Amino acid sequence: MPAPIRLRELIRTIRTARTQAEEREMIQKECAAIRSSFREEDNTYRCRNVAKLLYMHMLGYPAHFGQLECLKLIASQKFTDKRIGYLGAMLLLDERQDVHLLMTNCIKNDLNHSTQYVQGLALCTLGCMGSSEMCRDLAGEVEKLLKTSNSYLRKKAALCAVHVIRKVPELMEMFLPATKNLLSEKNHGVLHTSVVLLTEMCERSPDMLAHFRKLVPQLVRILKNLIMSGYSPEHDVSGISDPFLQVRILRLLRILGKSDDDSSEAMNDILAQVATNTETSKNVGNAILYETVLTIMDIKSESGLRVLAINILGRFLLNNDKNIRYVALTSLLKTVQTDHNAVQRHRSTIVDCLKDLDVSIKRRAMELSFALVNGNNIRGMMKELLYFLDSCDPEFKADCASGVFLAAEKYAPSKRWHIDTIMRVLTTAGSYVRDDSVPNLIQLITNSVEMHAYTVQRLYKALLDDISQQPLVQVASWCIGEYGDLLVSGQCEEEEPIQVTEDEVLDVLEGLLVSNLSTPVTRGYALTAIMKLSTRFSSVNRIKKVVSIYGSSIDVELQQRAVEYNALFKKYDHMRPALLERMPIMEKTATNGPTEIVQTNGETEPSVVEAKHPPPVTQPANQANDLLDLLGGNDVVPVIQTTMPTKPASAGGELLDLLGDLSLSGAPAPAPAPSVPTSQPSFLLDGLSSQPLFNDIAAAGIPPMTAYSKNGLKIDFTFERANPNPNIAVITIHASNSTEADMTDFVFQAAVPKTFQLQLLSPSSNVVPALNQGTVTQVIRVLNLQKQQLRMRIKLTYTHKGSPVQDLAEVNNFPPQSWQ
Amino acid sequence: IRQGKLRLQKWFTPVPDREKKKVIRDMMTLVLSRPPRSCNFLQWKDLKIVYKRYASLYFCAGLEDQDNELLALEVLHRYVELLDKYFGNVCELDIIFNFEKAYFILDEFLMGGEVLETSKLAVGGAIEEADMLQETLEDYMSKPAY
Repeated sequence: MPAPIRLRELIRTIRTARTQAEEREMIQKECAAIRSSFREEDNTYRCRNVAKLLYMHMLGYPAHFGQLECLKLIASQKFTDKRIGYLGAMLLLDERQDVHLLMTNCIKNDLNHSTQYVQGLALCTLGCMGSSEMCRDLAGEVEKLLKTSNSYLRKKAALCAVHVIRKVPELMEMFLPATKNLLSEKNHGVLHTSVVLLTEMCERSPDMLAHFRKLVPQLVRILKNLIMSGYSPEHDVSGISDPFLQVRILRLLRILGKSDDDSSEAMNDILAQVATNTETSKNVGNAILYETVLTIMDIKSESGLRVLAINILGRFLLNNDKNIRYVALTSLLKTVQTDHNAVQRHRSTIVDCLKDLDVSIKRRAMELSFALVNGNNIRGMMKELLYFLDSCDPEFKADCASGVFLAAEKYAPSKRWHIDTIMRVLTTAGSYVRDDSVPNLIQLITNSVEMHAYTVQRLYKALLDDISQQPLVQVASWCIGEYGDLLVSGQCEEEEPIQVTEDEVLDVLEGLLVSNLSTPVTRGYALTAIMKLSTRFSSVNRIKKVVSIYGSSIDVELQQRAVEYNALFKKYDHMRPALLERMPIMEKTATNGPTEIVQTNGETEPSVVEAKHPPPVTQPANQANDLLDLLGGNDVVPVIQTTMPTKPASAGGELLDLLGDLSLSGAPAPAPAPSVPTSQPSFLLDGLSSQPLFNDIAAAGIPPMTAYSKNGLKIDFTFERANPNPNIAVITIHASNSTEADMTDFVFQAAVPKTFQLQLLSPSSNVVPALNQGTVTQVIRVLNLQKQQLRMRIKLTYTHKGSPVQDLAEVNNFPPQSWQ
Repeated sequence: IRQGKLRLQKWFTPVPDREKKKVIRDMMTLVLSRPPRSCNFLQWKDLKIVYKRYASLYFCAGLEDQDNELLALEVLHRYVELLDKYFGNVCELDIIFNFEKAYFILDEFLMGGEVLETSKLAVGGAIEEADMLQETLEDYMSKPAY
C-alpha cells in the first residue's frame, strides 16, 4: 500500500486543475483514498490525511467524515498529531455536533500535560469552540491555570476564562479569586488578556463592576508607564508602546468610570495626557486617540475634557485619512444625543462630508446630518440634504427620503414648505420612497386645508411631466380625485393658478389607467379618483363611460371597483354625493395612522357592501339581487306598515319569503320611517371611516351561542361590537361539520325583521370539511337602531354525499346583550 | 467581476456551515467591489467589517459595535507582520501551501477573537519552539516546489 500523498503535493496537484469539474474529480478521488485509509485505522498517516481533508474543506468540500479522526489525533501522544487534531476540531466541530463532547476528556488530560505547548493547544481549542457543557466540565482546570506563574499559560487561561464566561455566565464567580494579582504581572500578554477578562466580568455583572473599581489607580499607573516609558522594542508600534494594551485599558477605564464620579476624577489627568500627547501622524496613534475620546464622552468627565474630546473629533473630520474621518463621524453619531450643542458646532464640516467620494463616509455623514437637524437649522440643512438626495447613489435614496420626511414632519417651518419639500422628494426620488409614505403624505395633505388648491395644482403639474414614479402618481391621483374642483376653478393662492379644464384632468387620469408605467395599485387610485370627480365635475357621462369600461377589466381589483361604482351610478345614485364627499381631517394615532389607510389601499372608501359568492364574474347579477334584498336595500324609504308586513315589492328573492312569516309583535311599525333614511347612510358610511372594519374590541362578555345544530351541521354565532357605532352588532358565524363527508357548495343566508339592517360579507369558503376538520366563517353585521329583540331566519343549502340539502331555521336565542 | 478564493477562515462563534458559506460569499462580494482608495470600513448587518489589502490578499475581520476599528487595522497588520517574519517575505503561495502554519501562528496571536499576545517576539518564539516538537519535521518544514 503506497503511502498517502503528502499534503503539499496534493495542494499542488489540485491547483493544476483547469476546471471546477476537474478539481472535483481530483478531490473525490483523494477523499476516497483518505476514507479507506481511515477505515484501515492507519495511525501513521492519519495526521497527513486529516491535514489534506482540512485543505479540501477550505475549498468548500464536505469533510464531516473526518470529525472522529480529529478526535483520534487529539488522543495521540504525538505533538504533530495533536496540533492537526486540535486544528481540525476547531475547523470541523462545534457544539452542534454531539461528537464534540468526546473531546472533553482529552482536553482535560492535555490541560495537565507536561509540555506547555500541548496545554496551550488544549486551552486554545477550548477557548475558541468550547460548548457550554465542555466549559462547565473544564472550568476548574482553566481556573487552576489562571493562577500559574507560567505567563505563556496564564495569558491563554485568561482568554479561555473569557470564553467560558461568555458561554456559561454563572461560572464567572469562580474566577474571581484568581484575578487578585493579575494586574501586577509584568508580562504584557498576561496584562492584556487580564484586562480583557476584567472587562468581560465588569460588563456582565454590576457587582463585579463595583468590586473592580478599586483597580482604577492601578490601571492609570500602568497606562502612564506605557506612555512615559522609553522605547521598548518588543512592544513598539511606530513609536507607541503596546497600543493594543493601551486601548484595552482605556476601554476598561470607560466601563469603570461610567456613572461614577470618583473613578472618573481619578482618570481625568491621564485621559487629558493621552489626548494631548499622542502622536497623530499614523493610524496607531489615532486608534488610541479614538478610544480616548470614546472614554471621555462616556464617563463623568469635566466639561473641559469633553470639549477637548469633541474638538479631537472635529480635527479627525478634517484628516486626509478616510478611515479617520469615518470613525470621527461614527463617534459623533454616538455623542450627538448627549452633547448635541458641541456637535452642532461641527455641522458644516459634517455636511461637507456628504460630498465625500467614499460611500461609507457618505452614509455616516447622512445619518449624522439627520441627527443634527433641528428647528433652527431646518431650512439650511434640508437644502443640503435634498441636494444630496438628488445626486446620491441609489443605495442611499430610500433612507435619505425617509429621513427627509421625518425631519420635515418634526420641524417644518410652514405647511407650504412641508408640502414643497415632500414634492421635491417625490419628484427626485419618487421610486425609492417607502410604501407607507403614500398614506402618510395623503394624511398630511388632507390636514393642510388651506394648501389643498396649491397642492393639487403642483401635483397635477408634476404628473404632466412624469408619470413613472408610482408614489408620486398615487398621491397625485388621490389629490386630484379629492380636490379636482379646486384645480379647474383656479383657486390657487400660493402661486399663479393654471388654466385646466375638466376634460384635461380626466385625460390625465385616464392616461394613468392605460399607461404601461402604472402599477395595478396606481390604476386603482386613478379609477377611484375619476369616480370621485363625478360629484365634483360636470362631465358625469364621460366618467360613467370610463367606469363601465373597466367593469370588464382583466385586473380583478379594477373590475371590482368599476362594478361597484357602476352600481353606485345605477342603484345608489342618491347616495353618491354623500359617499364621495370630501374626506374629513384624519386623526393620526401613533400606531394606527398609516396602517389603517394602507388597509384600504390608501383610500378610505368603503367597498360597496354586497355579499359576494365566488366566482363573482359569472353570476353577479343574480347574487346581487338576492342578497341585496337582505339589506332591505329596496326599502330605503320604507313603506310604512301599519298592519302585518306583506311581502315587500322587491325584485327577485325567494329569500324574502323568509321574512314573510316573521311577526313583528309589539313593534310599532310607523315609527322608524323618517329616521331610517338618515341612519342608512351612516350605516354604510361606517365603512368610510378610516378604521378597519373589524378593528374593535370584542364586546365585553357577549357569550357565543349555537344558532343551529342538525344533521351534523352546527352553526355557532360569536359577537363583537363594531366601533364606533354601538348600534351595530358584528356576528361571526362558524359552521362546522361532524359527519364523515364534506359539505360542499355551502351557502348561508340570513334575514332579519324590517326594523333591522343586515349586511352579509363573503364567507371564508363554501366547503365545510368533514369530521370538524375546519370551519367556514362568515361575518354578519346587524344594525339595530330600535334596540328591538334580535331575531333571524336562516337558510342553509349545501351538497352532502352527492345530494342537495336545504334547511330553514329561526334563530331566537340571541343573548340580550347582543341587541340591547 | 473579481472572484475571491478563501485562504483562511476563523470563526469565534458557532455558525452553521451553510451560513458560513453565505457570509463569506457576501463579504467577498462587498469587499471586492469596493473602489480603490475607499476607507477600510463598511457596515454589514450588525457587524463592522474591517478589511485591508496586502498584495493579492484581502484580510477581513468582523467586529462588534464596541470594538475599535482603527485598532483592528493594527491587528490585521500585526498578523501580516508575523506571517512575514515566519515565512520570510511572505506571499500568497506561502499561505496556500502552508495554511496549517498560518493557523498555528494566528492561534498564538488571537484567541476567542481577542488579542492574546502583543509582543511580536513572544509570538514568533512560541511558534519556533512548538515547531521543534514536531516529530516529522522534514515533512512539515519542507519547502514545496510551487
